Amino acid sequence: MTTESPRCLVVGWLYGTKMNIYGDRGNVLAIAQRARWRDIDVEIREIGFGESIPDDVDIFFWGGGQDQEQVAVSHDMQGEKAEQLRTSIENGAAMLAVCGGYQLLGHEYRPHNGEPLRGIGLFDATSMAGPERFIGNVVVNSRWGILVGFENHSGLTWLGEGVEPLGKIQVGCGNNGQDGTEGAIYRNAIGCYLHGALLPKNPALTDWLVEMGLRHRYGSADLPAIDDDLERRAHETAMQRAFTTR
Amino acid sequence: MLTKLTARLEQGAVIVAGTNGKTTTTRMIADVFELVPWRVVHNRSGSNLVRGVIAAFVQRASLTGCPGGEIAVIEADEAALPELVRRVRPRIILLNNLFRDQLDRYGELDTIGKTWRGVLKDLDAGTTVIVNGDDPALVAISDSLAAKRVCFGLDETTHRLDVLPHAADAAVCRVCGADLAYHALYVSHLGDWYCPNCGRKRPELTYTGSNIQLYGVESLALDISEGEGHSHHLTVGVPGLYNAYNALAAASVAREVGVPWELIGQAFDAFRSAFGRIERVQYKGRDLTLALVKNPTGFNEVLRMLTAETGGLALPTMIAINDLDADGRDVSWLWDVDFELLARGKGDLYTTGLRGPDMANRLKYAGVALDRIHSLPNELPAGLDAFVEAVPEGYAAYILPSYTAMLALRKTLADRGAVDAFWEQ
Repeated sequence: MTTESPRCLVVGWLYGTKMNIYGDRGNVLAIAQRARWRDIDVEIREIGFGESIPDDVDIFFWGGGQDQEQVAVSHDMQGEKAEQLRTSIENGAAMLAVCGGYQLLGHEYRPHNGEPLRGIGLFDATSMAGPERFIGNVVVNSRWGILVGFENHSGLTWLGEGVEPLGKIQVGCGNNGQDGTEGAIYRNAIGCYLHGALLPKNPALTDWLVEMGLRHRYGSADLPAIDDDLERRAHETAMQRAFTTR
Repeated sequence: MLTKLTARLEQGAVIVAGTNGKTTTTRMIADVFELVPWRVVHNRSGSNLVRGVIAAFVQRASLTGCPGGEIAVIEADEAALPELVRRVRPRIILLNNLFRDQLDRYGELDTIGKTWRGVLKDLDAGTTVIVNGDDPALVAISDSLAAKRVCFGLDETTHRLDVLPHAADAAVCRVCGADLAYHALYVSHLGDWYCPNCGRKRPELTYTGSNIQLYGVESLALDISEGEGHSHHLTVGVPGLYNAYNALAAASVAREVGVPWELIGQAFDAFRSAFGRIERVQYKGRDLTLALVKNPTGFNEVLRMLTAETGGLALPTMIAINDLDADGRDVSWLWDVDFELLARGKGDLYTTGLRGPDMANRLKYAGVALDRIHSLPNELPAGLDAFVEAVPEGYAAYILPSYTAMLALRKTLADRGAVDAFWEQ
């Protein structure tokens, strides 16, 4: 009988209290719970204004904020802090960024009025304020199978050549309503416009993030299967509602 | 037409706005006025867009263009407030609270705040703006107006929150940008707030509620003091801390119009919930309490009320979540509700509605044991029938529906003779 000490993961929640609209904290809950259900200890650390990025974070989450907070956050995530975040991703840390956070992972966000907000350039992507708001259920085909979520954004994101999107839109508008893409991937970092919250009803994607987090910490990941009955039902219902409502 | 009719009201018009409690507060105010007695023009059944308000006036007006009442009490939807204020030119505007609601419909809170500010700053000194002083965002948008501002708030020692709920947007000082702190926090981000950086704080209150007693899902009592005067003890026929805020807001309006405290007390004591907000129904030998849940703060407060005595749910509970326009098509809001407190307690949880499975999944991630989560058919009334079947005869249970789920449940219960149809109420 072996007596191993339990595995652990550190989740870094960027601007947790400032960028948390549309129930995005559900994503942090999903990561933490699915890890805990595999007996992995999880420590959730909020990384706020003026605080540097700890180098031992395995999985980052960055949610959306209101316009005012988005400006403050973009000013904070510059220079050394931006460099630390890029380095973490280069070193294999996993990340999910939604909406406002996603936009700031690109080169910049150009609002209707005012100065462009500089992003950290992790994704070769640029976002700008668009003429209309995309609101509704979304279905995306991705390498994790079908993903379901809810979009609510007026920003349009354009990916540079060769950037891998999170997936192809089956229902909804996605990055820009034109090229059929949704989100972006770079190494183990994912950005997208999907609320819902996204991760609780897309457990395959959540488990992938947890796996990448474990690999980042231990170099390997072994994630036993767990009962996903309720997740599967929520996923199927969301998909049906998407086809019915759009 | 609306402008002409409201200009002829002897006692003018009151407009009530806020994310939560509009319907209840509007009815409380109307009930007080009816005891004066005034004839009250009032948009009764939650028709709070400009169209619904016009309909309410047309219904009451005479052919000669008299408004059919001495005073109007108008419930205004967040988005309709600017146009209603411009057209009605109210004597009093009540701003009750501003919480996260159906973001797919209204956009962000900041945007609503800015629009409201635009309307308020055009008012002259003839208008009184009654503001919940415990809401720092409402205080910020009503600062330095030409109109008169009157604030109400709580000074309560028992019913406090230890931490800001997840549903509350981080309260930030509108002057210096620092995070606000609280001497006492009551509901969501409402409380006795101050800025530790620049010293800005909750304004002086004219109407202060205190000594709140909550009686389960039945009723409440509180003391309200006016300025430096002695306090008045009031009993209110609706439950929950959120209704203490509604009563305090309604009393503030009534006092600003000059109604004596005795009449306010009489009206509040006799007050009963608007249909579906909170309602007790005897159905097939089961004692069902229905409580509407329409946004994160409302849901948190209902859970707080239901778990107040034992710390967990004591009764089996059905949660019915739809995602139609009036519910909010985005069910993300369920992740902002603090369901984690339901992990304690013994009551089984049943889910139904178009998004019942999302609700069941939410409970799982809140740490509720899987053997306490039961998925009913998504469709109503099939979900209701299955729930009633699961509750033994003679027992009590809770039903927590989103807005359109509440309408559907009520229709079923009315068709089956368990409740009156809402148009009969």
